[in-house]
Amino acid sequence: MTRRDAANPPYRLPPPLFDARCTACWVSVGAVVLVVASFWTLDLQWAQFLSLEAARSMARFIGEFIPPDTQPAFLRKVVTATWETFAMSALGTALAALAGVLLALPASRMHAADRAHGRTPTRLLLNALRSVPELVWAGLLLIAAGLGPFAGTLALAAHTTGVLGRLFAEAIENAPGGPAAALRAQGVGALRVFCYATLPQVLPQLLSYTLYRWENNIRAAAVLGVVGAGGLGQLLAFHMGLFHMGKTATVLIGMLLLVGLVDSLSYGLRRGLTR
Amino acid sequence: MSAGARRIAPPARDPAWAGRVFWSAAALVLLWPLLVATEFRPGGLFEARSLEVSARFLRSFLPPALGSDFLALVARETWRTVAIATAGMSLALLLALPLTLLSTRVLSVSALSGRMARGPFWLRQALRALMILLRSVPELVWALVFVRVVGLGPTAGVLAIALTYGGMLGKVYGEILESGDTHAAQTLLRNGASRLQAFCFGLLPQNAAELTSYTVYRWECAIRSSVVLGFVGAGGLGQQLDGSMKMLNGGEVLTMLIVFFALVALADHASAWLRKVLG
Repeated sequence: MTRRDAANPPYRLPPPLFDARCTACWVSVGAVVLVVASFWTLDLQWAQFLSLEAARSMARFIGEFIPPDTQPAFLRKVVTATWETFAMSALGTALAALAGVLLALPASRMHAADRAHGRTPTRLLLNALRSVPELVWAGLLLIAAGLGPFAGTLALAAHTTGVLGRLFAEAIENAPGGPAAALRAQGVGALRVFCYATLPQVLPQLLSYTLYRWENNIRAAAVLGVVGAGGLGQLLAFHMGLFHMGKTATVLIGMLLLVGLVDSLSYGLRRGLTR
Repeated sequence: MSAGARRIAPPARDPAWAGRVFWSAAALVLLWPLLVATEFRPGGLFEARSLEVSARFLRSFLPPALGSDFLALVARETWRTVAIATAGMSLALLLALPLTLLSTRVLSVSALSGRMARGPFWLRQALRALMILLRSVPELVWALVFVRVVGLGPTAGVLAIALTYGGMLGKVYGEILESGDTHAAQTLLRNGASRLQAFCFGLLPQNAAELTSYTVYRWECAIRSSVVLGFVGAGGLGQQLDGSMKMLNGGEVLTMLIVFFALVALADHASAWLRKVLG
């Protein structure tokens, strides 16, 4: 080893801070420029937001949340809306799981000799379903299905179908091909090969994806109502619009409890599945 | 020995048939109350009146609106969407960094010798509870609240993203720091380094790639949610989309949906590339 190659020679200066060949430097510069440009172009009303008057109105606003409204009649309404939200998320996820499996079949290449003509168009459809957020779906479906939880359920199902179909297709393609090949060699038809060889292998994975999406969907379902698609969100938007802060606080508490409950339920189920 | 060699006929039907039918039927029975609660009436979709309205709306999608005024407006709103996400993310980072530093277990001096002292323990629990609160209120609800306080406009969107993502980043940063190798940081702390020094020289070097890649991924998510936030009046593409949908102006909706696809795909690719370069 020559003297020049010695590890960390004491006489060498540290590398310069910016080097035109260093990607990370350019990326950092780009990030800084993006952030500065963002703050520059958005007409953010910081002065107004940070003023004493705004602080006072904020404090008053928060103060009005307390106490939450606990009249039995209103509580009953919140419980109904919570149930509606829960039902929307569960049904939306179930429909999406069903549609996801149906779309994942043409979207996956089952074995090496499978021509899989439908693979590209189906995947395109799944991507399109997936890239429109639930809230936009809800806005679009309100026109066809009318105000109410049905539109919300369909919106959740549409977005989640895109997500689950893609994940299911990956799971099916990645399943070990041995059992399926054995059945195919015996002359068993494609549907039965899927039902008795591929499905049993991937079922735990499919279920765990579905449960994970359900956790996401319960959050989404809680806010979908803001555009008029039923559930807790509709109640929230309604009472917040009328500045009924006590009632808003009750709805928010209901929302947090529901999300926490479903999270722990799904966590427990998934632990049970993987054990 | 020909009798012993007789082939066993394979079962002609599914041996687990009865159980499968039973569980499917049970699932359908359980599903029934859900169908009632969500007013599930697919028939309503195909009634003549609703079919007519949706058909008219769908027909109005073509051709997409391509007027130069409108395109300029869409371009401006798209930039605002990205800017809201970026500004919100940088504020979230400002919020998450101190939360992480204060709440991570690795940087506790008293935990070096067994149990953490009571004061720091409860401080950490309180900060964790704060982060849970910040991230479990959906960003749309935060946006609704801030629209009431600061009025319609991007400020509400930026604040909503900052709070939700601040809580999320704080939690995940803490988990990343704790799941890595903490030996170097603890040795530094034992030898009298300050917590900030232990963080900068013990934890940051080995976790920097993972932290950056998670932040970039979250930025991508923030772009998606800043579109949605527009629906409650927080500015950007979502607000325009909401307006056009309410006016049943299909051409404008289609143009904005296409722009939205492109934006999400672009953010997706940019984030994948960045994570590859930096990871």
